[in-house]
Formats: sequence, structure tokens, C-alpha cells
Amino acid sequence: MENINWANVFDWMQLLKCFITGGIICIIGQILIDKTKLTPARILVIFVTTGTVLGGLGIYQYLVDFAGAGATVPLTGFGYNLAKGAIEAVKETGLIGAFTGGIKAAAGGISAAIFFGYLAALISKPKMKKQ
Amino acid sequence: MNPLESNKTYQNYVDKKSPNSPILKNCFNAFWVGGLICTIGQIILNICIERGFDTQTSGTIVSILLIAISAFLTGLNLFNKIGKFAGAGSLIPITGFANSIVSPAMEYKSEGYVMGVGGKMFTVAGPVLVFGISASIIVGIIFLIFNTQNITLV
Repeated sequence: MENINWANVFDWMQLLKCFITGGIICIIGQILIDKTKLTPARILVIFVTTGTVLGGLGIYQYLVDFAGAGATVPLTGFGYNLAKGAIEAVKETGLIGAFTGGIKAAAGGISAAIFFGYLAALISKPKMKKQ
Repeated sequence: MNPLESNKTYQNYVDKKSPNSPILKNCFNAFWVGGLICTIGQIILNICIERGFDTQTSGTIVSILLIAISAFLTGLNLFNKIGKFAGAGSLIPITGFANSIVSPAMEYKSEGYVMGVGGKMFTVAGPVLVFGISASIIVGIIFLIFNTQNITLV
């Protein structure tokens, strides 16, 4: 195992910014759950789409620079990742990049979700509902 | 208790049974659980960067790990307990995406491993991918129109 500088890993100021930003994004979601009739599925869609739009406009980048994983781990960060991938691929390959870039950037997450999701569902024991 | 005949009676029943959701308490729980999940992500990210991965790859590793953990927690019926307590705190981070794939897959396991598990996995995640990916394509096209000088089709 290589030497890891744990002082860099536990940069408390950075972790605090990450904690607060991630928490605030979740509070926005909680307010949407409590104050509107939106289903969780719609809220997930809204968050990803918002992240994509903000990412495309370059606004979300500021939040990522400020909070790191606090901005990329919430689903808005998933959308930001899609938008960023699409823009970078467009710079390299033009129009075709708009179709390949987004998925390429998010490929790890999507594939992991499909693979581990299927595995986890296989090993799970569904709760039998009592009639 | 009688079976609930219609949506109307069901709605009344839900309204009567569900406590007035204490929004402040919910928000507080969502805040610290969500913040904690992001902080765990940041620690994993920092370790990856320290080990010499670039930022993009480290971000992917963080997503994969968080998704794998929450998928198995959902399979073991532990995630829904966290979800009941934390609400959006566990739904909004990428853990919620994994949860939204595993939950319906588990529920329809009795319909078989191909159309049950394989087919129902995307009842919630499907729309997320449809809108997210479509939006990213539009973003790419708009960027192409406004930011590159010589527009070519390939």
C-alpha cells in the first residue's frame, strides 16, 4: 500500500463545506417532499434535469469547485456530470459528441447501478405481505 | 379493518393516519444524513486522489462504491429503514438512485428473473435516465451552436 497523506484526506474545512452543501441540497429535496404532492420519482427526475441544465450553463461548476463531493454525490451532480461530458465530447468530436459524451461520463455509475442493482435484487428476500 | 375500497377512502385513511409531518425535524434529519453521505463520498474521493487517480476517475469510483453499498443495503432491507428516518437525506444522493433500481426489482421478483427483476428495475430509474440523458444531448447541441465557430455535421 502506498503512503497516503491522511492530512489531505481529512481536510476538515473541505469536509465541512461538503457536509453543509450536500445537506442543503437534501433539505431542498425534503421541502419538495413535504410541501408538494410530487412523488419521489418525479423529484429524482427534477433533480437530475436541474443538474444537467445548471451544468450546461456552467453554474454548477462553481458549486462543485466549492463543495466537491457535496455537489457531485447528490443527483444534481449526476446531471452535471452528464452535461459536462456532453460539452467536452462536443469540443472533441462535434455533433456526435452530444450523443456520446453524456453517457460516457456517467457510464461507471449507470453500469454499477444496473449490475449491483440486479445482484442485490437476486440475493434479497422480499418481505411477504400478509393477506 | 376492511379493505380500502377506493382511492378516495384510501386518501382519507392516509390523511387520518399520517401525523402532520414535522417539516423542521424532517429537514434536520435530511440535512445531516445527506451531508454525511456526501462527506463519506468526499473521503473516498480524497483517498482515490491521494492514490494517484485523476479527478474524473475518482468521481466514478465514488459513484460506483456508493451505488454498490446502497444497492446491497436495499437488498438487505436496511436502506428503507434509513430512508424512513432520513427522507430526502438518503433519496437525493446517488444512493437514492441505486435504491430506486433495487426496490421495484425486489418487489417484482416473483414475476421472474428476466421480466420481473430485469424489467422492473427501471420503473423509477428509467425516467431519470430518459430526462437526464435527453437534457445532456440538448445541452451538447446548444453548446455546439453557440460555442464553436465552424459547425460541421460530423
